[in-house]
Amino acid sequence: MSTVDAVDLGRRRFLTATATVVGGVGVAFVAVPFLKSWSPSERAQAAGAPVEADISKLEEGAMMTVEWRGKPVWLLKRTKKMLEDLSTLNGELSDPNSEVASQQPPYAQNAYRSINRETLVLVGICTHLGCAPTFRPDVAPADLGPQWKGGFFCPCHGSRFDLAGRVYKNVPAPTNMVVPSYRYLSESRVLIGVDPETA
Amino acid sequence: MANTQGTTGLLGWIDERFPLTKMMREHLTEYYAPKNFNFWYFFGSLALLVLVNQILTGIWLTMSYKPSAADAFGSVEYIMRDVDWGWLIRYMHSTGASAFFIVVYLHMFRALIYGSYKKPRELIWIFGVVIFLCLMAEAFMGYLLPWGQMSYWGAQVIINLFSAIPGIGPDLSVWIRGDYVVSDATLNRFFSLHVIAVPLVLVGLVVAHIIALHEVGSNNPDGVEIKKVKGPDGKPLDGIPFHPYYTVKDLVGVVVFLIFFSVVIFFMPEMGGYFLEHPNFDPADPMKTPAHIAPVWYFTPFYAMLRAVPSFAGTQIWGVIVMFAAILVLFFLPWLDRSPVKSIRYRGFLFKAGMVLFVVSFLILGYLGALPPDPLRTALAQTCTFIYFAFFAALPFLPMIEKTKPVPERVTEQ
Repeated sequence: MSTVDAVDLGRRRFLTATATVVGGVGVAFVAVPFLKSWSPSERAQAAGAPVEADISKLEEGAMMTVEWRGKPVWLLKRTKKMLEDLSTLNGELSDPNSEVASQQPPYAQNAYRSINRETLVLVGICTHLGCAPTFRPDVAPADLGPQWKGGFFCPCHGSRFDLAGRVYKNVPAPTNMVVPSYRYLSESRVLIGVDPETA
Repeated sequence: MANTQGTTGLLGWIDERFPLTKMMREHLTEYYAPKNFNFWYFFGSLALLVLVNQILTGIWLTMSYKPSAADAFGSVEYIMRDVDWGWLIRYMHSTGASAFFIVVYLHMFRALIYGSYKKPRELIWIFGVVIFLCLMAEAFMGYLLPWGQMSYWGAQVIINLFSAIPGIGPDLSVWIRGDYVVSDATLNRFFSLHVIAVPLVLVGLVVAHIIALHEVGSNNPDGVEIKKVKGPDGKPLDGIPFHPYYTVKDLVGVVVFLIFFSVVIFFMPEMGGYFLEHPNFDPADPMKTPAHIAPVWYFTPFYAMLRAVPSFAGTQIWGVIVMFAAILVLFFLPWLDRSPVKSIRYRGFLFKAGMVLFVVSFLILGYLGALPPDPLRTALAQTCTFIYFAFFAALPFLPMIEKTKPVPERVTEQ
């Protein structure tokens, strides 16, 4: 009988299509563990514990840096003059009133972007591409121009921030620098990485 | 016992089981290349040479290198000081990286001026652009491995490019790093990708690039198809067998290249901070960014484009888009250039002028990308970025007004 040689093409197409789909689903499932293995490991996640900073020895106008989750966190004690200058800059800033909620906790959404007026706590990473900006408290230096009233300058791409970490207009960085969650354990001890108990 | 290749003995035995003689003939002794290749045609074979150099020295470097944040910097210093000839192998590898880009940029420029990307060579060009992309990924990940300051902060900047993507961006950059900052996890996976994944893909692509080339045949400085005019024996009249003619000619190129390569390795391996940047002699410090951060020279044109675009609408994605577009636009080149004339020799003034402007802009961007930004430089970078894209945008319209010269039937004597 010639039926041995006859090929049922419809049946063959159906089997090819179903085998492809089932195989494709299998590949997709197998891909998941490979992709997931790139996520931060349990150990990396556990390393993000809060850190404590002692600011009792911090002088006016001086800044210190502590490490939190592998990032630099700045603690800056601002002088009276620095605080007064902040409000004069509003016209030159992208977000003078800190309206982008992701860049600071609600208790730091104020004119000074801090809990205590003097002490600024800031993640020292440029919101452009993650460089660490340099602290430039000097007023009107030659390289930053006569309008400069002190702030942070990112050497990577020239972004400028004021002494509250607020970003200037027309620079690469789109948003203000990030204020982390923090609380005061006492007058001179700051715990970075957790919100205040009352908040 | 005879076979189709007419070989006997051991070779005959092999040829009955594996197409050895057939492959030698198709790709070397009976691959007919145009007889009018000039200086610009050295860079394909040189790229192959540098690839072999990178693979060989790379394998040797992995024998002493430790891919961990704690040991990486120290192990590179160990290779430089304590491993016998380690300094030479490392400098061959680091200089080889820069040499790779010099050779590949010149190779791409050749394709650009002689229209080697045009029909029927579109796929060769596309494979080539993918090779270029792989090479950039390979160089970027390799640069993290010494774990110096520039390694660290360069990786930090480039990985953060991905966090500019709206929505998934921040999670994507964490996923790439495997941590919230560039860390041991990042270094270890970059090592794996740098030594296994990307080289494997790269070698495969190079094979595809050459197979596609040998399928359609090489272009030449006149941009004429030598297969159109064949002798009675069916061989192109303007073609000569790749071996021995071009193997020997390329050997001369290899010797000249190796002279320059050796001068750099032995007398200026850091190339004044352009091949190995000075901040990279400090171990990575996540707390402190170097005063001036710049990528290695071969990335600077694209980096200058990234910086030239300001952020608006509350995001800095635009610079990232422009930078990637500068490379993606290359994929469309075969279809953007609609002129029937391939070689710049027979194209009009407008194309020649456009080419000069394009190359000059690219070089200026490369220069600016290595410098700290200021308003004047940013304005210049914006102009050059505009010219770069304007060149591609003008290509489809050029043939409407361009006066081309008649293309000869056969290749010309120079």
